[in-house]
Amino acid sequence: MDNTFNQDDYINMELLRFTTAGSVDDGKSTLIGRLLYDTKSIFQDQYDSVKEASEKRGEDYVNLALLTDGLRAEREQGITIDVAYRYFSTPRRKFIIADTPGHIQYTRNMVTGASTANLALILVDARKGILEQTRRHAFIASLLKIPHVVFCINKMDLVDYSKEVYDNILSDFKEFSSKLEVQDIRFVPVSALKGDNIVNRSENMTWYEGPTLLYLLETIHIASDHDLVNCRFPVQYVIRPFSDEYHDYRGYAGKIAGGIFKPGDKVMALPSGFTSKIKKIDTYDGELNEAFPPQSVTILLEDEIDISRGDMIVRENNVPQIGQDIEIMLVWMHDRPLQIGGKYAIRHTSKDLRCMVKEVKYKVDINTLHRNLEDKNIGLNEIARISIRTTQPLFFDRYKHNRNTGSVILIDESNNVTVGAGMIM
Amino acid sequence: MHPLSYQTGIEKDKIQLDMRNNLNHLQELESESIHVMREIASQFERPGLLFSGGKDSILMAHLAKKAFWPAKIPIPFVHIDTGHNFDETIKFRDDLVEELGVKLVVGSVQESIDKGKAVEEKGVGASRNILQTITLLDTVEEHKFDALLGGARRDEEKARAKERFFSHRDDFGQWDPKNQRPELWNLYNAKKFPGEHFRVFPISNWTELDVWMYIRRENIKLPSLYFSHERDVFKRDGMWLAHYPFMQMKDDEKVERRIVRCRTIGDVTCTGVVLSEANSLDDIVAEIAATRETERGNRADDKRSETAMEDRKKEGYF
Repeated sequence: MDNTFNQDDYINMELLRFTTAGSVDDGKSTLIGRLLYDTKSIFQDQYDSVKEASEKRGEDYVNLALLTDGLRAEREQGITIDVAYRYFSTPRRKFIIADTPGHIQYTRNMVTGASTANLALILVDARKGILEQTRRHAFIASLLKIPHVVFCINKMDLVDYSKEVYDNILSDFKEFSSKLEVQDIRFVPVSALKGDNIVNRSENMTWYEGPTLLYLLETIHIASDHDLVNCRFPVQYVIRPFSDEYHDYRGYAGKIAGGIFKPGDKVMALPSGFTSKIKKIDTYDGELNEAFPPQSVTILLEDEIDISRGDMIVRENNVPQIGQDIEIMLVWMHDRPLQIGGKYAIRHTSKDLRCMVKEVKYKVDINTLHRNLEDKNIGLNEIARISIRTTQPLFFDRYKHNRNTGSVILIDESNNVTVGAGMIM
Repeated sequence: MHPLSYQTGIEKDKIQLDMRNNLNHLQELESESIHVMREIASQFERPGLLFSGGKDSILMAHLAKKAFWPAKIPIPFVHIDTGHNFDETIKFRDDLVEELGVKLVVGSVQESIDKGKAVEEKGVGASRNILQTITLLDTVEEHKFDALLGGARRDEEKARAKERFFSHRDDFGQWDPKNQRPELWNLYNAKKFPGEHFRVFPISNWTELDVWMYIRRENIKLPSLYFSHERDVFKRDGMWLAHYPFMQMKDDEKVERRIVRCRTIGDVTCTGVVLSEANSLDDIVAEIAATRETERGNRADDKRSETAMEDRKKEGYF
């Protein structure tokens, strides 16, 4: 069998999650289609069915958007409604794309896609430059603290591959980028339709000396995106086998949310404040010498102390903030507006509580970043800084320091729907 | 040329990958799935794990074993049995259930038919695939399951690409794709009213190749159907189907003896087989990496319309 595929290489690939946002005609679907197609990630039967569907609709080209717009309503209306997840890999990395619609009415979907992304891909139409929606997408990436943002200046073929056009867009961008909190911003001039600088270097833009989009996606350094300093272990589940062999086994199972835990570490359990030492870090495949994010492990302590789901194990000399009065940046996700004074269920790590909305400090205009101190009515897709009080203390970090211990969701108990996403300030 | 031999912007050996305090992608997927399994055990009172005997549900069983070790898996397995199984499937299921020490619940499509709740399709291409939904929802009701874990993956099919990890079902078992709950970070909302339930998909982010690479890495035991063997088959609509006496044939279809293997295992009436000589995990991984057809390209149940999967899922299908 012809086998240039090296199985051991595949085992040592990293995983990069990225999000894209775009509207109907800015070429997002074409770009994704191009990435999938040029990395040979589209299967023949997928391509054939898209081709057939395109022909049925009387379209005179193979509409790669049909690869991602899978729901009946999306195909009928020719739009992306919900987040769709796509997968491809190269010899270096496996990629998960959270493909989201770009229009303002789908802000909640963009935020959802952004919440787990290492990188955001933002499309700019070279003919139009930085638009309101570009600013909005960049702001969402900044708000959700996506560590890396790549701007693709697309449709360069329609501006004669002009360096001047590209440079002007970059200088326009500099003006508003000072408002963003993104650690790593890159730009690539591309034509998704023609394939320039997506996978292969463009011969039409020799003035551009940077990497192609795929090269960037394959090489951007993501290993340090996790907090490896401040140890945080939200207890998710307590493992008690009650078998003869493991009679006294009491393991705290969960996913490391921050820092590096080692056997022998002096730790503290919150909220009780009891201290102990890590006896061992267990997995089905054997004990570990250290555990780091985002590993799922089971921690055993030297002493028997009462710990259950919702508690947090931390290092004795490095505890998170503890409190009931919390300020969050909130993205509202439901038709029914936020109720000031209203009570909601709140989920933080593995902890379920309730909270009351005390005050709306200000509303943020997502297109301009202006703060509106007057308008306290927070409706669907709107963003506001608010203060809440929880029924019991939370153990948290600022979202900008740790996305795992700094995020919450609000749930409306009258319909059980997730209505808000909050980032602790 | 297959996906991973394609030379992209970069050559692998020029990069020194720093794996210290960094998981590779299979480890990260495993960790994510284990996290979801433990959320299920924490947030639901009566979860059940849908077990079909296919490789994805065998993978799920393996991940569940890891998630709760050294305790036993606290979730019973649920098999919706169409009665049209490959011979080996039931024995494999029973052996695994015994080895893991978990409880098994079987929902029988034949029983639904006998009780008159389901009506058997007739004619060429008849399948009990759609009838499974009726049995499935009855089983949910009878055993009061509040969550069913499924081995569906988002890369399988375009409607599944839109699924949440925690997917809410109303009290008719229906999925409302246009009105799904937002799912942010790793915070899963399992709140529901009485009568409603959830479908949960712990391996959402795995691709077919990931599954096979992981099975190879972990050396997970699989039914021999996945490896090449001789079998009576016939060709229909460009697909090879295994021949069983209860299948109705068209006049121009003829049974042949071929070397084949299954790429997926489901009900025999709608599971295609592929001509293949791959008889080890190494061979299979190489074959999958090189293939140009998706695995569901071999599933007759998906070929009924452009949105066949979404339409069935709305009704309560897996």
